[in-house]
Amino acid sequence: MKKFDKERALLAIAAPVLAVIGALIVTALVLLATGKEPFTAFHVMINYGDKTDSQVYILNKATTYYLAGLAVAVGFRMNLFNIGVDGQYRLAAFFAAAVGGAMSIPGIIQVPLIILTAMVVGAVWAAIAGVLKVTRGVSEVISTIMLNSIAGIVIGYFLQDGRLGVLDKNANMVSTKPIPSGSHLFNFSTGGGAVDGFIVLAVVAGVLYWFGLNRTRFGFDLRAVGRSQSAAEASGVSVKRMVITSMLISGALAGLVGMPTLLNESYDYGTDFPVGIGFTGIAVALLGRNNPVGIAVGAVLWAFLDRAANGLEFEGYDQELVGVIQGVIVLAVVIAYELVRRYGLTRQQRQVGAELAAAAAHKQEVTA
Amino acid sequence: MDHRRGECAINASTSPPAPAPSGAPAVELRGITKRFPGVVANHDIDITVRSGTVHALVGENGAGKSTLMKILYGMQKPDEGTIAINGEQVDFHDPGDAIARGIGMVHQHFMLADNLTVLENVVLGSEKLHGIGGRARAAIREISDAYGLGVRPDALVEDLGVADRQRVEILKVLYRGARILILDEPTAVLVPQEVDALFDNLRGLKSEGLTVIFISHKLGEVLSVADEITVIRRGTTVGSADPRGTTTKQLAELMVGSELPSPETRESTVTTEPLLTVQGLRLAGTDADGIERIVLDEVGFTIHKGEVLGIAGVEGNGQAELVEAIMGMRRPDAGTVVLDGRDISRAPTRQRREDGIGYIPEDRHRHGLLLEAPLWENRILGHVTERPNSKGFLIDPGAARRDTERIVQEYDVRTPGIEVTAASLSGGNQQKLIVGREMSHLPKLLIAAHPTRGVDVGAQAQIWDQIREARREGLAVLLISADLDELIGLSDTLRVMYRGRLVADADPATITPEELGSAMTGAASGHLEHDGIEDR
Repeated sequence: MKKFDKERALLAIAAPVLAVIGALIVTALVLLATGKEPFTAFHVMINYGDKTDSQVYILNKATTYYLAGLAVAVGFRMNLFNIGVDGQYRLAAFFAAAVGGAMSIPGIIQVPLIILTAMVVGAVWAAIAGVLKVTRGVSEVISTIMLNSIAGIVIGYFLQDGRLGVLDKNANMVSTKPIPSGSHLFNFSTGGGAVDGFIVLAVVAGVLYWFGLNRTRFGFDLRAVGRSQSAAEASGVSVKRMVITSMLISGALAGLVGMPTLLNESYDYGTDFPVGIGFTGIAVALLGRNNPVGIAVGAVLWAFLDRAANGLEFEGYDQELVGVIQGVIVLAVVIAYELVRRYGLTRQQRQVGAELAAAAAHKQEVTA
Repeated sequence: MDHRRGECAINASTSPPAPAPSGAPAVELRGITKRFPGVVANHDIDITVRSGTVHALVGENGAGKSTLMKILYGMQKPDEGTIAINGEQVDFHDPGDAIARGIGMVHQHFMLADNLTVLENVVLGSEKLHGIGGRARAAIREISDAYGLGVRPDALVEDLGVADRQRVEILKVLYRGARILILDEPTAVLVPQEVDALFDNLRGLKSEGLTVIFISHKLGEVLSVADEITVIRRGTTVGSADPRGTTTKQLAELMVGSELPSPETRESTVTTEPLLTVQGLRLAGTDADGIERIVLDEVGFTIHKGEVLGIAGVEGNGQAELVEAIMGMRRPDAGTVVLDGRDISRAPTRQRREDGIGYIPEDRHRHGLLLEAPLWENRILGHVTERPNSKGFLIDPGAARRDTERIVQEYDVRTPGIEVTAASLSGGNQQKLIVGREMSHLPKLLIAAHPTRGVDVGAQAQIWDQIREARREGLAVLLISADLDELIGLSDTLRVMYRGRLVADADPATITPEELGSAMTGAASGHLEHDGIEDR
């Protein structure tokens, strides 16, 4: 049985590795087509991405990507496509920042309060899509895309001087009231800069994700719905309730996405707050195969590519090259997973058939 | 039906000598081998079908009959072997090639558009043959009359019954010029009277010089209609038989390589304690066309401890909805369900399962298994809140795995291990796993919908044994089956369901499949009395 498992693990790794290699080949071809030498570019990317300050940048970026990946992956595990992580985390971070800026109580209470606010806002925003799906049959893909847009408008409305925003006359930027320094989250100082303390909470979230899905009754039900909605329903899972619950969880996780930035870097929500991480989360979840460790690898890879894009720019390459790599990886990963999945399934069927035939032949010999 | 006459004329050899052909045989398959990434493949199949005969191909489910017919119909290519049609070697790439050679296939599941007329269905895709108007209508009439099919070209298909639809399918194939017809399990959906009518049609086709290949595992039918029989076991031809000197028992033994089990159970274990009482169940549903119709109409019955209540009926008369209503997967519009003295009418599915309802679903792929999950996770499915699968809110994978090993052992699930996915097991082994799982939680009530469908004879006997044994210990069973022998053999009480109503009841000790069949078509109702002629 052990050998069986090892081969399965190999198969599991095969898909992302194939996808990354495929992406590199396509990128090399693109570079060749534009008349540039591909290996130098890869060399530049690796060298630049390997510097100490790059490493810190990558870790910090990867933390947010990881949380976004987890949020998307919860949906994926039950066949829900939560495209709305983007809107959920922005809205969550905005209201969390507003709450944080409005209070001045000891950090030990205020930091959890800010995080809780973010999770609740993210969960509620995601739950709207869940409720629409179970009551009106609206596809969560459509509703979450629309909710992304609505979230942007809501933030735009409140983020004005005199409402929840404060105008910074020097920079001509509007942002929420900064969170008092007593409520800034700790961080780890290194030679290359500070690593966000929130990385610890991201790891905890990853462990809880794994434990919740694989070791609890609830997680089993959730995965059952993802594998076969009809079988799950017959087994006694209330699919409707499960849709709403998993959207709540997905949204709560999405609420955490903006927290490293808010609590460790910006301390307020301004017009320059990072956007689009929710979409990166989809790619990262796909790349990591909804597996908590896989998502971590995917998040680090994505952050590395982001960083390497800067390096390329310094050396005179187009930084859009990284966009090409990332795009191709996503496409390749989807194809590679399907191929590996089908191969794995037929391989197993063949193995079972062969083993049973061998056993039957043996039995026949004995009885003959 | 008694086929016990004369002595056995079975010729059990691995490659049956071809019967002396008069002219070239219609179909000659030689050394057909098909490898599959599955459990059963065809190997070294030799079959000779003489022109102008009804040739039956029998074998257990999963023996490789369907694969073989797909090869003959051009849907799959054999890895080895040759196919000769009317003495000419052929190489089919797709069904179009087979149709061009005069081969036609009537599939088990009808492929007709309900909202079109018979004429429209027949000409669909073959508009070039006789157009779509008067000439086509005349051609259909001509074929219908020539073979006595009695098909009305302008009837709407949705108004036709199952038997009529089947005749339309046959006509469709004939219209395209088929001289060799493949019928895949044509009697599976028919009641006995309809089967007889079908057989008359087949004899008509034969007398006109057409060749019919008839796939079945119902041996009595095979013996009554076939001129020659080829038996397939484990993917290869194991012998041929002459129906004139063969009994069903002999044929069955050739088919399975062992004795045929019987579902009969006569010592009664029925008690007076009601376990499940269903009253006034009503359910209205909208069909695909958006028309509301009554699916369950005032359904009521009681099952006592130790009793098997069998429900007979042509599929689609509300049996599936009844099961889903009792399982809590569908909310009925009215009515109550009382399990062991407790009203569970409004309880969710999970609570009903915890209260002791075991469920063997009709469609195990849709409702019984997570195909891409390992066996031990499938063992948890449906019983996630119960031991040994979980402790409190946590899954207990170790205990679940150990218990899966036990089920695999006790229920003889043929698998190399419990980490393989459910999809890689054969249908019979999947079913054994489901039965093992449901029985492991000692249900008070077992809902068994077609518990032995698609299951080989060995596993069938085992499943029947398990149901009987549990019944002796006070289990109540709601049995729904299309296999009338199974229903009559296992049930203590029989009810007939027709258009959402329980229209008739019968005593399984005296009723015959034929009598039950006429009630299933709505021809009889009330208490079915056996009319006296003992023929079992």
